[in-house]
Amino acid sequence: MGIATRPQLSHLRALESEAIHVMREVAAEFERPVLLFSGGKDSIVLLRLAEKAFRPAPFPFPLMHVDTGHNFPEVIEFRDRRVAELGERLVVASVQESIDKGRVVEETGPRASRNRLQTVTLLDAITEHGFDAAFGGARRDEERARAKERIFSFRDDFGQWDPKNQRPELWNLYNGRIHKGEHVRVFPLSNWTELDVWEYIDQEQLEVPSIYFAHEREVFKRDGMLYAMSPFAELIDGEEVTTETVRYRTVGDMSCTGGVVSRAQTLDEVVLEIAATRITERGETRADDRVSEAAMEDRKKAGYF
Amino acid sequence: MTLDLLRFTTAGSVDDGKSTLIGRLLYDAKQVFEDQLEHVQEASERRGGEGAFDLALLTDGLRAEREQGITIDVAYRYFATAKRRFIIADCPGHQQYTRNMVTGASTADVAVILLDARRGVLEQSKRHAFISALLGIPHMLVAVNKMDLVDHSQERFEELVEEFRGFAEHLAHGDRATDVSFIPISALNGDNVVDRSATMDWYEGPVLLDYLEQVDVAYDHPDERPARFPVQWVVRPAVSSDDYRGYAGQLASGALRRGDEVTVLPDGGRTRIAAIDSFDGELDEATAPMSFTLRLEDDLDISRGALICHPGEAPAVARELVADVCWMTDAPLRPGGRYVLKHTSHHVTAAVQAIDDVVDVHTLQRGDAPAELALNDIGRVTLRTSAPLVFDSYASNRRTGSFILIDEATNGTVGAGMIAAPVAAAA
Repeated sequence: MGIATRPQLSHLRALESEAIHVMREVAAEFERPVLLFSGGKDSIVLLRLAEKAFRPAPFPFPLMHVDTGHNFPEVIEFRDRRVAELGERLVVASVQESIDKGRVVEETGPRASRNRLQTVTLLDAITEHGFDAAFGGARRDEERARAKERIFSFRDDFGQWDPKNQRPELWNLYNGRIHKGEHVRVFPLSNWTELDVWEYIDQEQLEVPSIYFAHEREVFKRDGMLYAMSPFAELIDGEEVTTETVRYRTVGDMSCTGGVVSRAQTLDEVVLEIAATRITERGETRADDRVSEAAMEDRKKAGYF
Repeated sequence: MTLDLLRFTTAGSVDDGKSTLIGRLLYDAKQVFEDQLEHVQEASERRGGEGAFDLALLTDGLRAEREQGITIDVAYRYFATAKRRFIIADCPGHQQYTRNMVTGASTADVAVILLDARRGVLEQSKRHAFISALLGIPHMLVAVNKMDLVDHSQERFEELVEEFRGFAEHLAHGDRATDVSFIPISALNGDNVVDRSATMDWYEGPVLLDYLEQVDVAYDHPDERPARFPVQWVVRPAVSSDDYRGYAGQLASGALRRGDEVTVLPDGGRTRIAAIDSFDGELDEATAPMSFTLRLEDDLDISRGALICHPGEAPAVARELVADVCWMTDAPLRPGGRYVLKHTSHHVTAAVQAIDDVVDVHTLQRGDAPAELALNDIGRVTLRTSAPLVFDSYASNRRTGSFILIDEATNGTVGAGMIAAPVAAAA
C-alpha cells in the first residue's frame, strides 16, 4: 500500500475534518453547549457534522431554534421531522413570547421585520438555559464583517461582539475559557463557502426543506427582490402579486428573505446554479443586510447570530 | 498528489499594494460577485471621484477600517479555481500588528510576501519573512510588485532577488529549508498575477496563480511524518447494548492503520488499533488531517489530552521545555509569571522560569536575556508545566509543537508558543 493508491483527501473532507475537530473541542471544554438549528442549509450541515463527531453516542448538547413566528411553514415542518429522526432534544425560543412578555416591541408597517428582535430572544434563551457555547452555521464568505470573525467568537455578559478586541486564534488551538455569564459563539463552517455547503449536501445526500428547490409561489417585487406573499406581508401601493417559479438561497423570515427565479429542482442543479452565480447569497436575497454598509457588523456587535 | 485546498497568508505594508494584489487575484480569477463590484465602485467614487476604481476596497471589512483606511485584523477570504480552493489569511502590515501576522501564518502553507520594486527589501518585508520562517511555513513566494514603476526592468528584479536570497539564507528554520520563489508582478495592471505579462517577456516562470495552484502542501506526504493522534473526546454512549468505547480526535500528522501497534502517552501503555471508525464506516487506514475515532484492543485508562502514536517514533514527554513565544498583550511576560497553557487537546499550568533572549525587530538578531517580553516581542522562554506535555519540536511538527498561553484572570489569549526542545535535551 503506497501513496499512489491512496485516495486524495478532497477539500470537502479537509473542511469536514476541521469542523468535526471544532465541535469536539466545544463538547470537551464547555459545560452547556447548544447547537442553533434553523432548518436552513448551513445548520443542516452542522447536524451531519455533529453525527460524524459524536455517533454512536447522542449529541452532548441540545438543539435550539429561535422561532420568529414568521418562518416558512415548510421549514418548520422539516425542522421537527429532522429532529425526530435524529432523536435529539430541541429547545424552541419564541420571538412571539418575547413580544408578549414586553421584552421587545414589534415593528409596524409594510417593511416591519422580526429579524432584529431575534437577538433579544436568542440572548434571553442563552441566559435562561445557562448555555456557555452556541454553535452557529455562519460562514466567513457571507459578509464583510464575518470575514474577520473567529471560529470561537467571544461574547461578553451583554452578548456583545467586539470586533476590534478579538482573541488571536492560532493553529487549531481554540481558547474556550470564559467567566460566568459570558459565552462563545462557535462557527465550525467558518472556512466553508456557499458552494462548499451545497457540494457537501450533495455528497452526503442530505435532505433540505423544499423551498430550496424551484417551485411556484405567489410573490411581489420590492427593492428588486421577490418576496413571498404571506399572512405577514403588507403590500405598498403599486406592488402586484404574481406567480413565479422561484427557489430560496437562504432561509430567513418570510418577511425579509427574497426568492430567486430558478429552474433548479435537484441538488445537482442547485450546485450548478450556485457555481455559476455572479451575486453573493446575502446580496441577492437578504433585505436585513441592505440597511447600511455595516448592517451585519452592527447587528453582530449587539449579539446577533 | 496534491490536496485541493491551499491556505496562504499575505503580508505587506499598506503601500506595498497588498490589498490591490488580493483584489486583482479575486477579480482576474473571476471570483468577485456583481454586488461586491458595485459596492467597490460606489466606495471608490465616493473617495476618489467619478471613474475611480480601487480594487483594494474589495477587502475592507469593518466600519473602522473603512473610516480610517487601515486594516485592523486578520481577514479570511475564499476563492476557487478549477484546480484548487484557496483560503487567504490577509494580515495587516503595520508593525504593531505582529500578533496578527503570527496568527495568519500559523495555519498557512504558503506565505506571499510583497516587495515594492522601487523601495526594495525593507525592514518590514524582512520581518514578515522572519515570522513566516519562524512559524514553519514551508513555502515563501516573494511577489516583487509595482514592476510598472521600474520600467519592468529585469535587472532591478534580479537585484532584489539576490538581495532577498542573501537575507533569507540566515532565517531560522527547522529541519526542512524554506523554499523561496520570486515573481515580478504589477497588481495594479494585472501583470503576472492571473494573466501573463505582455511587458515582461524575460520572465519565464509561473504567474502567481499558477504557482498557488501547483505548490505542494504538508499533508501531501503523510508517510514522511510520524503519526500523532491527540485524543480529544471519548465516545461512550450512555445507554448502549455493547460497551462501545472510542477515542476521537483529528490526526495531526502521519498515517494510522488497523492492526498497528501503538503506544499511549504520557503513560506509555501499549496496545493495537482494533478499528478505525468513522460515521461512514470502518477504515483500513487514516491519514492526516482526518478526524475519526479509534477503538483499541486493550482497555487502557485514556482520556482527553493523551497522545496515540507508533512505538519507536514517540515524541518527547517532559515538564520543562524551551520555546519561542510571541507575546500578544499589553501586560508583559516576566519570569515567575503563570499562565494556562493549551497544547493539542489539553490544558496545564505553565510557570515562566526564564526569558533567554528576545529578537530585535530591526536586525532580527537574538539579543541578551531581557527583563520581560512586551507586546509583539518574540523571545525564547523556558517554561515548567504542572503536568507532563507530550510534544515534538515545532520545526518537526507544527501541530504537536505549538501551544497558546492564556491569562488566568482575563482568559485572553496572550502568547503563541513554538517549542524548540525539552530542557534536558537542550542542555
